[in-house]
Amino acid sequence: MTRTMVGAAIVVMLAAPAVGRVQKDPAYQTAPAAKPADARAPAGRAGNGATLYKKVGCYQCHANEGQGGLAGPRIGPSPVPYARFLQYIRNPTGDMPPYTARVLTNQDVADIYAFLEARPRPPAVDTIPQLAP
Amino acid sequence: MARTKNTPETRVERRRFLQQGALAGAALVVAPSPADTVGRVQEDPAYQTPQAPPAPMTMAAEAAPPADVQVLGDGERSGSDFMVDVFKSLGFEYFCANPGSSFRGLHESVINHGGNRAPELITCCHEESSVAMAHGYFKVEGKPLGVLAHGTVGLQHASMALYNAWCDRVPVYMILGNHSDAAIRRGAEWYHGVQDAAAMVRDYTKWDDTPWSLTHFAESAVRAYKIALTPPMAPVVMVLDGGLQEHPISKSEPLAVPRLTLPVPPQGEQGAVEELARMLVAAESPVLVADRMARTPNGMTLLVELAETLQAGVIDQGSRMNFPSRHPLNQTQRGRAAVTDADVIVGLEVADFWGVVNALRDQLHRSARRVARPGAKIVSITTGDLYIRSNYQDFRRMQDVDLAMAADAEATLPVLIEAVKRLVTSDRRRAFEERGARLAQASRTAAAASRTAASYAWEASPVSTARLSAEIWAQIKTEDWSLVSSYYSSDQTNWPRRLWDFTRPYQWLGHAGGGGIGYGAPASVGAALANRRHGRLSVAIQTDGDLMYAPGVLWTAAHHRIPLLSVMNNNRAYHQEIMHVQKMCNARNRGVDRGELGSQLIDPNIDFAKLAQSMGVYAEGPITNPNDLGPAIRRALQVVKKGEPALVDVVTQAR
Repeated sequence: MTRTMVGAAIVVMLAAPAVGRVQKDPAYQTAPAAKPADARAPAGRAGNGATLYKKVGCYQCHANEGQGGLAGPRIGPSPVPYARFLQYIRNPTGDMPPYTARVLTNQDVADIYAFLEARPRPPAVDTIPQLAP
Repeated sequence: MARTKNTPETRVERRRFLQQGALAGAALVVAPSPADTVGRVQEDPAYQTPQAPPAPMTMAAEAAPPADVQVLGDGERSGSDFMVDVFKSLGFEYFCANPGSSFRGLHESVINHGGNRAPELITCCHEESSVAMAHGYFKVEGKPLGVLAHGTVGLQHASMALYNAWCDRVPVYMILGNHSDAAIRRGAEWYHGVQDAAAMVRDYTKWDDTPWSLTHFAESAVRAYKIALTPPMAPVVMVLDGGLQEHPISKSEPLAVPRLTLPVPPQGEQGAVEELARMLVAAESPVLVADRMARTPNGMTLLVELAETLQAGVIDQGSRMNFPSRHPLNQTQRGRAAVTDADVIVGLEVADFWGVVNALRDQLHRSARRVARPGAKIVSITTGDLYIRSNYQDFRRMQDVDLAMAADAEATLPVLIEAVKRLVTSDRRRAFEERGARLAQASRTAAAASRTAASYAWEASPVSTARLSAEIWAQIKTEDWSLVSSYYSSDQTNWPRRLWDFTRPYQWLGHAGGGGIGYGAPASVGAALANRRHGRLSVAIQTDGDLMYAPGVLWTAAHHRIPLLSVMNNNRAYHQEIMHVQKMCNARNRGVDRGELGSQLIDPNIDFAKLAQSMGVYAEGPITNPNDLGPAIRRALQVVKKGEPALVDVVTQAR
């Protein structure tokens, strides 16, 4: 726990009754609800998005190219609309961990979104002999 | 102290002294006084100059007739010879072992008295490998391997693999050596000696015994085999005393090999079977969920017959090869939807039935919700209701059911099928056909979606796991193949089961059972050993983290000429654990960019091709360009077809 977090926790402990203390402690709150997101994605830098996509672990579930994998669905190319993308990152409804603005800013999200939009489209399945039934 | 070199000259001198001292020595065999004891080392002729006479005790030991018979006479046999006779009667093909002195008597009997045939010794480099080989072997052959190990250090090495076998309901026949009699233990036997050898694994083995006579051994050996093979199957342990192994058989001890008769597995009670048949025939949307159902090759045939009779969807959870992957009624790829739609859900040897009916969300505060529709009838058929232990929690969470049959599912299917057929009317048959058509369409749609999903990142490097699976499939699909191990477990995100056409019982062998890493490589070799006699092509998708546990099993494969194609899914990390740590990083809001620390296998990267080559295995790699993968697999396949193991190291994406 950082010094700031400790300080905040002490203030809350002094001011609040014991019941519900954990919920009121800012250090232990769940991720804040995202503000209404813009429907349109801000300009993103795909190169930085590629770095972030690896750095914050998106590839672990969604695979290196966003194609989806063992634990996460395909998210690129053609990710869901940006507003929904941002909303889900902040407040996921499944097993995906939440990414707060503290660890991933809106600009970071926009960069990752740009990276996913830039992923190459696959060849037609029928042209891949290894995928013949 | 100066020591004389043991030259031919000194040896001649020493023999002369022994001859001279022989008569006198016989008279000098008395207990040495304390004064005699002091400085005895200095008096030992082995350390003396040739001129000095040997010590009286040594002369007595080396020159006097021995007090006891030291070798077996003609026609005599040792205790372990009889043990081998009993093991032969049980049909063991192989004993896997890292050699150990506590079972040296049995070891010698296997290779000399038994001729090293049925059982044949397989040299292993780790007891965990021995047990996991037995685990993989059973899944192909349907009968256990014997595993020999020290009662202490060997079993300690073996214990995790035994736990995997326990969780996977696989019989492993563990044979431990132990010198019980403290009065005759020497040196290391004290560290290898134990009062109750099986105690440390008793929580996850089904039965054990420490026989005190050969008759006791024979009965317990056959009983252990019988118990291990009776559903629910599980490992057993026989502890064999060193003296019992090594001593000659007393002529006064009449010995006989007991006859093995395996029990018939329990079938569901007739009234309960008929009640289930009524539920299934009346149901609008029944689903059959199979996990460890197919106990024999006939299990899949029976499940196909039941599903086709009802035109019911099947979810194959994949601990066994329960259902053909491309059968139109296979709904595994849309398993959650099939459960949500179902009005009757039948679990056939399902380990985690609660997890079928419910979903657990793994967040900072875990939560659960039911995914099955309210009022859906839930029925279980499992031998899990017949046998349960307390300490280890592999019995999973309790699921409320409407009907529970404490019975073997495969044994129950024939009577269930007949009961269903008796109840089917022409009206119901028409409804079944319409349902079957809908399910077939859903299955086709899911299969097409899987191929499309695999096409994404097709040219990516590192190689996508979908492409890895597709490239292997392209090379083996015309062969009589068996996927002997795969990291991908049993769910619907499993690339081989999404893309390959699994039709035969030996083509999918499930997974480790207990989730203990290090199962894949040795289980593959064990399964390949079983497949060898059938001329099948054994293929493993081998992960890097798993192989690093006990890579010596590659040497075992090379040494014993076990043909096996291992294609590495080398993602250079324990990625599942990275995901868990990252989840904690997210939940604690401390930044996620350090989540990989402690779970990566980089710096340096491991060269698995060189590792394999060092043990005599043909190997290529690391391959990073996906277009190089097909030709590399083809080359390795040629080696495997000649009867040797081969490994292709492929650097892949995470999962």
